[in-house]
Amino acid sequence: MNISQERNADKLTLSIEGRLDTKTAPSLEQVVKSDLTGVTSLVFDLAETTYISSAGLRVLLMAQKQMNKQGEMTVINANNDLLEIFEVTGFTDILTIE
Amino acid sequence: MKELDIEALVDNLDKVLQFIDAELEDTDCSPKIQMQIDLAVEEIFVNIAHYAYNPETGPATVRVEVRPDGSAVTITFIDHGIPYDPLAKEDPDITVQAESRQIGGLGIFLVKQTMDDIRYEYKNGRNILTVEKNLSQTTQKPGAGK
Repeated sequence: MNISQERNADKLTLSIEGRLDTKTAPSLEQVVKSDLTGVTSLVFDLAETTYISSAGLRVLLMAQKQMNKQGEMTVINANNDLLEIFEVTGFTDILTIE
Repeated sequence: MKELDIEALVDNLDKVLQFIDAELEDTDCSPKIQMQIDLAVEEIFVNIAHYAYNPETGPATVRVEVRPDGSAVTITFIDHGIPYDPLAKEDPDITVQAESRQIGGLGIFLVKQTMDDIRYEYKNGRNILTVEKNLSQTTQKPGAGK
């Protein structure tokens, strides 16, 4: 998995390339824990994300909780397989998915 | 049927997935079904790695059998750690908002949602968890893999 960050004033876009799973989720967790200072708009671009497991969902939930305190969070470009995972876990009700 | 004996470590997840995916290679299962199977394998194997022998580590056996006509796969996970029936755990409430959402139990819930059958037994000191997945989308039971 590769995470690219694009910061534009208060907006941070995190593009996730590859698999967001048990082994890779901790590095995203690290970004979410340390790089959200001053961010009011957080965007997860999942266009290149091929897979997500509960470990990845956990980090998205953590980010959502944090952004509820300081701004907004949007998930964009998730493919249909990922959308189904969000659907069956009820994450479609928690996340703002565009 | 093929069997893989491996130490139950998160670091071995890739080897387990490679083992499973190699068996699925000869079937014509869709990328979506393969992803769902990978997901179930990850959630179950990681659970064993985290909890079965905690705080020690121990062995796990992964058994995979593709039905001769290629229509379904059965994957069995065996460990001899602490007796634990993941199916006895209540499903997480997926209707509550982010603040009160608990992430625990989501993994096995995903397995239940994406597999067509899941069974647990504790036998001769071993946890045996078996999942089955139909490999052709048209034969999915209603409600499975939605």
